[in-house]
Amino acid sequence: MDPNAHFPLSRRELLIAGATSAAATAVPATAHSQPKPPTMTAAAAPLSVRLSVNGAPRQLEVDPRTTLLDALRENMHLTGTKKGCDHGQCGACTVLVNGRRVVSCLSLAVMNEGASVTTIEGLGTPQAPHALQAAFVKHDGYQCGYCTPGQICSAVGVIDEIKRGSPSHVTADLTAQPLLSAEELRERMSGNLCRCGAYSNIVDAITEVAGAKA
Amino acid sequence: MKSFTYERVTSPAQAAAAVAAKPGAKFVAGGTNLLDLMKLQIETPTHLVDVNGIGLDTIEATPQGGLRIGALVRNSDLAAHKAVRRDYGVLSRALLAGASGQLRNMATTAGNLLQRTRCPYFYDTNMPCNKRQPGSGCSAIGGYSRQLAVIGSSDACIATHPSDMAVAMRVLDATVETVRADGATRVIPIADFHRLPEATPHIETQLQPGELITSVTLPAPFGGTHVYRKVRDRASYAFALVSVAAIVQPGGGGRVAVGGVAHKPWRVEAAEAQMPQGAKAVASRLFAGARPTPENAFKLPLAERTLAAALNQARS
Repeated sequence: MDPNAHFPLSRRELLIAGATSAAATAVPATAHSQPKPPTMTAAAAPLSVRLSVNGAPRQLEVDPRTTLLDALRENMHLTGTKKGCDHGQCGACTVLVNGRRVVSCLSLAVMNEGASVTTIEGLGTPQAPHALQAAFVKHDGYQCGYCTPGQICSAVGVIDEIKRGSPSHVTADLTAQPLLSAEELRERMSGNLCRCGAYSNIVDAITEVAGAKA
Repeated sequence: MKSFTYERVTSPAQAAAAVAAKPGAKFVAGGTNLLDLMKLQIETPTHLVDVNGIGLDTIEATPQGGLRIGALVRNSDLAAHKAVRRDYGVLSRALLAGASGQLRNMATTAGNLLQRTRCPYFYDTNMPCNKRQPGSGCSAIGGYSRQLAVIGSSDACIATHPSDMAVAMRVLDATVETVRADGATRVIPIADFHRLPEATPHIETQLQPGELITSVTLPAPFGGTHVYRKVRDRASYAFALVSVAAIVQPGGGGRVAVGGVAHKPWRVEAAEAQMPQGAKAVASRLFAGARPTPENAFKLPLAERTLAAALNQARS
């Protein structure tokens, strides 16, 4: 049985409802003070972009300003990918583009014409989780969970990078196959911040999966 | 983000012509620095020319025994390239010391050279900054300057260049190849590519409007032991307080460049004759005429010690 079946609203729907009611109560105050509207520039004509997202072809019409992150979340409603800092500093928005991990907040959707994008939704499902998703649950690799989709997409990229022999800052011998050590994983995952501090369990989860594959 | 129009191009000459044709146009490649700055409205291009489809994404051997690195080769691919790891270790090490795995997968060779300073006042649009708004003044002078330049600065700007890769390119005597809208090409030595701030800190390189970097070329390998040491506020994913790129030959001579201290990678060839005498002798030549602030004066002894550590590492 679905453990969430008895909740009438999902967490996301509840948050949206809360935000709407907060906005409604705020209206009278702003109506009286009449603040200056923020300066806006006229939007450029929408552009068409074709992507493959989690194996499915998608065609979108987007303002050129739309980031890949916003296209995933707002246009395609794939809200598993999270917006943290929106400036490439936290890694919460990490997805795989053509198999490589990137921060989707610092790429325009239109720059990804023809690309193949994999998000957390494309890695696995609650019924059939990806090995890393299962390992994060097993090792308690999160607390609030907000950074987790980015951590897992990043970890998929890290395991592939080690397998391909790509060195890191802590690789002792640049010309040797890099080791699958905790030190290597910590360095390679440094672009994914976890404010809850689940780092040691994240390293354990990745080590289990990467070790099993090696 | 301010609104902009967008186009894709398929050749370097077409890219240069597209940017030259529209005032306010900019190239976009990886986008990791430009989009960050556009979101803050520090950069407000009216038109973006996407150069990701123009090729220039390979690394090839040159007839001189060096390597020609396409402008669009991603930082992670350059760092992992077999010949770079074998013959230009200082470049691999510098690249791997910068940014995060995700950003290195996106950022390009040319874009890395062109990234803007991380001076906090450049980023704060409420504060004067001669680099962001020419003539408005420099908030960093007399402000929070711990991260900023100790040498080569001016009364108009004390920003540093943030790149690690560029410090290695400088010690390797790389050359930057470009194309202009009229199809003319030229070669700029890395030593001349970045400018000191002087009275015009908003002009950061020798590039003309619409001029596109097509490749960065390395000379034949120098041999020796390659070291890149970076000192920062956390162990990973932070900009340098001080970094040292060194190539040390068996006799103790070699070449050295320093990052995190100036508006461009800092190298004084005359100082390199002192390398067999040790870090103190080199540093005193390298940093002659330094003008640190009270907040960043620590960078001078830190640079000397980082240099000593780099030379020790090379000998061990």
